[in-house]
Amino acid sequence: MAITIHTPLTREQARSLKAGDSCLVSGVIYTARDAAHKRLCELVAQGKELLLEIKDATIYYVGPTPARPGEAIGSAGPTTSYRMDAYSPTLIALGETGMIGKGKRGPEVVAAMKEHGAVYFGAIGGCGALLSQCVKKAEIIAYEDLGAEAIRRLEVENFPVVVIIDSEGNNLYETGRAAYLESLGE
Amino acid sequence: MREIAAQQITDTVRRLCIQANCHLPRDVRERITASHAGEPWPQAREILERIVENYEIADGNDRPICQDTGMACVFLKVGQEVHINGDVAEAIHEGVRQGYSQGYLRKSVVGDPLNRVNTGDNTPAMIYYDLVPGDQVEITVAPKGFGSENMSQIKMLRPSDGVEGVKDFVVKVVEEAGPNPCPPIVVGVGIGGTFDKAAYLAKKALMRPLDQRHPHPFYQDLEAELLERINALGIGPQGFGGKTTALAVNIETCPTHIAGLPVAVNINCHVTRHQTEVL
Repeated sequence: MAITIHTPLTREQARSLKAGDSCLVSGVIYTARDAAHKRLCELVAQGKELLLEIKDATIYYVGPTPARPGEAIGSAGPTTSYRMDAYSPTLIALGETGMIGKGKRGPEVVAAMKEHGAVYFGAIGGCGALLSQCVKKAEIIAYEDLGAEAIRRLEVENFPVVVIIDSEGNNLYETGRAAYLESLGE
Repeated sequence: MREIAAQQITDTVRRLCIQANCHLPRDVRERITASHAGEPWPQAREILERIVENYEIADGNDRPICQDTGMACVFLKVGQEVHINGDVAEAIHEGVRQGYSQGYLRKSVVGDPLNRVNTGDNTPAMIYYDLVPGDQVEITVAPKGFGSENMSQIKMLRPSDGVEGVKDFVVKVVEEAGPNPCPPIVVGVGIGGTFDKAAYLAKKALMRPLDQRHPHPFYQDLEAELLERINALGIGPQGFGGKTTALAVNIETCPTHIAGLPVAVNINCHVTRHQTEVL
């Protein structure tokens, strides 16, 4: 049974989620890949305002294909998350509570998640056509020059994700694999 | 000598870019379905079902299967009896430019690896030419996503490392990649040649239909054994656990130097895309 999440995601809610939980996310989420993360962290370093409300925000690591006329967005599946590892701890410290991507995260990200209370979700990689159907509205709010990598404000409905790493550092990539291998021995 | 206009190359490349990005080849779809049937882990089966649902949506609506519509790798087999009127490379780049624009595909290429500015039209294409006998031109477009490309590796083994060294290296590359390249993956392996040739063979191996095995029985067995070892790792679809870590292992080989044993592993995600047309 999937857990329903309405963004913004509070620290308390983030801490209540456990690795392996299936969730359906609705509400506003923001898109950013490494190029946008780099710029956001430069703003932070310069003491400037961020271009999005980072408190309790969920950031989706995605660079969508262009929308066709009359559609909100093109294909929009997750990109590999480790490229954001250098930047995520800064944003988590500022209030980011949710990250959606795919693939492994570094220890510095997991440490920040545990310290501040944040959760790392996975969306199914390579399923951009399917996932795009959950995006009802998309609007570029910063860095239009980055094209697909611009920051977008998305309104999503029942966007399917799984908790990969929770705020205690439990990791589905480790537990899922171990559980499967153990089942073979039974 | 047969004449082919460069414009025809452009039109074909444009069409193939869109086709390849929206329609998964039959052999890949069949392997995914077969893997689903043989997958004992319920969560893994569920993910494979979503993957099928996704490529069916893409196929039915002419939508990109994945938002990473890749770098356009273009392979040409040019018959020696053909003369192409015009600049072939520019004709290919123009086809990519038109295909990525008209097909609403993502532009994912930066013009310089360190001063990273998007070229805005997904050019240049990565072009590979083969001169072959005959009067035809065969063009394959294979859009390559970088989630999986980034997990690829090459190693110059010693001849004494032998077949065991090759097996261990291939399995190690897949295990280190884990969930990152969007498993289930296709594993392209190039063995032999030179440093660069091994990498080229690994990429070429990804073009071979998944239901077609290496012609040599020795390498057929090696492909089967590697697939079995990889699917015993337990990584599973998306890395959440399960049997189906890889759909296939395709090996391409080449003679090599007495002192060397180059091995390259090029990984592709489950969206292993390529389309071919013959002019």
